[in-house]
Amino acid sequence: MFSKDIEVKSPRNVYGDTLAELGAKNPNIVVLDADLSCSTQTCRFAKQFPERFFNCGIAEQDMIGTAAGLAYGGKTVFASTFAMFATARCLDQIRNTICYSKLDVKIVATHGGITVGEDGASHQALEDISYMRSIPDMKVIIPGDCEEVKQVIEYAANTPGPMYIRIPRTNLKSIFSSEYKFNQTTGVKIKEGNDITIVTNGETLWEVMEAAKMLSQVGIEAEILHYPVVKPFRHIALKQSAKKTGSVVVVENHSIIGGLGSAVCEALSQHYPTKVYRIGTKDTFGQSGEQRQLMEFYGLTDKKIYEKIIEFMDVK
Amino acid sequence: MKTFTNALRRDILKMIHNAKSGHPGGALSCVDMLSVLYKKVLNVPLEWDKAIDFDKRDRFILSKGHASTALYAVLAHCGFFPTNMLMSFRMLGSKLQGHPSSRAQLPGIEVSTGSLGQGLSIGVGLALALRLDKNPAKVFVLLGDGEMQEGSVWESLMNASNQKLDNLVVIVDKNNLQIDGSTCDIKSLDPLDEKLKAFGFEVYEIDGHNYEQIEQTMLEAKNSNKLCAIIANTIKGKGVSFMENAAGWHGKAPNDEQLKNALEELNV
Repeated sequence: MFSKDIEVKSPRNVYGDTLAELGAKNPNIVVLDADLSCSTQTCRFAKQFPERFFNCGIAEQDMIGTAAGLAYGGKTVFASTFAMFATARCLDQIRNTICYSKLDVKIVATHGGITVGEDGASHQALEDISYMRSIPDMKVIIPGDCEEVKQVIEYAANTPGPMYIRIPRTNLKSIFSSEYKFNQTTGVKIKEGNDITIVTNGETLWEVMEAAKMLSQVGIEAEILHYPVVKPFRHIALKQSAKKTGSVVVVENHSIIGGLGSAVCEALSQHYPTKVYRIGTKDTFGQSGEQRQLMEFYGLTDKKIYEKIIEFMDVK
Repeated sequence: MKTFTNALRRDILKMIHNAKSGHPGGALSCVDMLSVLYKKVLNVPLEWDKAIDFDKRDRFILSKGHASTALYAVLAHCGFFPTNMLMSFRMLGSKLQGHPSSRAQLPGIEVSTGSLGQGLSIGVGLALALRLDKNPAKVFVLLGDGEMQEGSVWESLMNASNQKLDNLVVIVDKNNLQIDGSTCDIKSLDPLDEKLKAFGFEVYEIDGHNYEQIEQTMLEAKNSNKLCAIIANTIKGKGVSFMENAAGWHGKAPNDEQLKNALEELNV
């Protein structure tokens, strides 16, 4: 299931290409964007299928409403822009129109999390997963590498109902081979270990895998669980791992409030109470900086994750 | 038509009285238009009538979802569901939710509305889908004038015009009142006709209680190859003297005596 060669690819390009491939197979797919089609790469679909692409301009509320209408008209709709504007700006439309009527609209947002970089706090969505996770009937998915992006977009095109999919901005190193099969019903065990469970998804999956190697070197065997599907959250794999290791760390490119960390705490508090340490941005806004600098500042690089886990294990 | 709309007005008031809550003012201002639309303008076959191509039905979106009682009454009286369901309005488990819900699967309800300013974007999307499918059906969206204070309405007006939609008709129920008072005093929309023209619409202005004018204009807009908007001048609370032009009746249920007086006035 793992990729043998490490390739670095843009998940946004993979998203755009996958859309275009799906568009060729399925004439029912339509795509919307809000003036960021070159950033989200929906332009790759637009170029091939101009009659099925609608640029709604800088008007996200209208984009989501129009997406709803197209879905009412029987279309499978993908709507994209930056995570900041795809969620908070049009939250009412997403809740009251898309989700309330269970419409076949996939909101695929790029530029989520702190890794937006230099644009700073106004563009860094650190709460998007929290917003989306709280709406009934919304599925929330954060793929961990480009192979998974491709598979998740294919899954979305073939599965009716509302979804929020967050595509990382940063280029990603390949983790999965084409033999990997995305499964929405479970967390994915990436590495076996007995000492501690690390739960993650998205851009931080690679960092966690590197951190686990560092931990191995000091005799700590971490078990890594990748949870691309934050909602509906399937707790079985997590519960089994927590039973084995007795402690859980969650790492995410998101606020520690309301995201994957919260989903893990909610599940464990009910099914197997375990101490959980959440690594993500605290109750704070982001700021400008280079991607790597910001990841380091907010504790999301492999080395920082390693250091925090050591600290956590010392005091637990 | 007058007998028909009087019966609808009776049911609107009885539903709201029975539920002890609801929005009589805005329902009474648009019920004449909804009656003419469903009786004379829209091609709206019943789902179970296999003889007619159901996919080609015209779509109506009540963007001002709080006027749901007017839509429910019209649908029931046009045979979409039994009129005895009307009194379940706002009751636990009812398909007649406080605001129209496609989730509740009440026959005739095309889309969910209630949070203002969203129906027109939905209408634009639906019109685009129909055009892609080369489906001749038309989309009618009815908005409140107060609702037009929502910025998203203007985003979608821009989109409708940009997409050159000739299968969409926008109707504004201009009753000049909103919850807190007069629309003019709170946030004026005037000159609404000029604004809509500037946004690329062919604008008609009618008396929203004159059946002939409603029918003639709506049919003209339906068959036009231009993007059309109809400003309908209406009276909030129309048909019940003490409710007419009174902002206080936006979202209030009549008590037993008020209902009795209202029904006497309507002579039904």
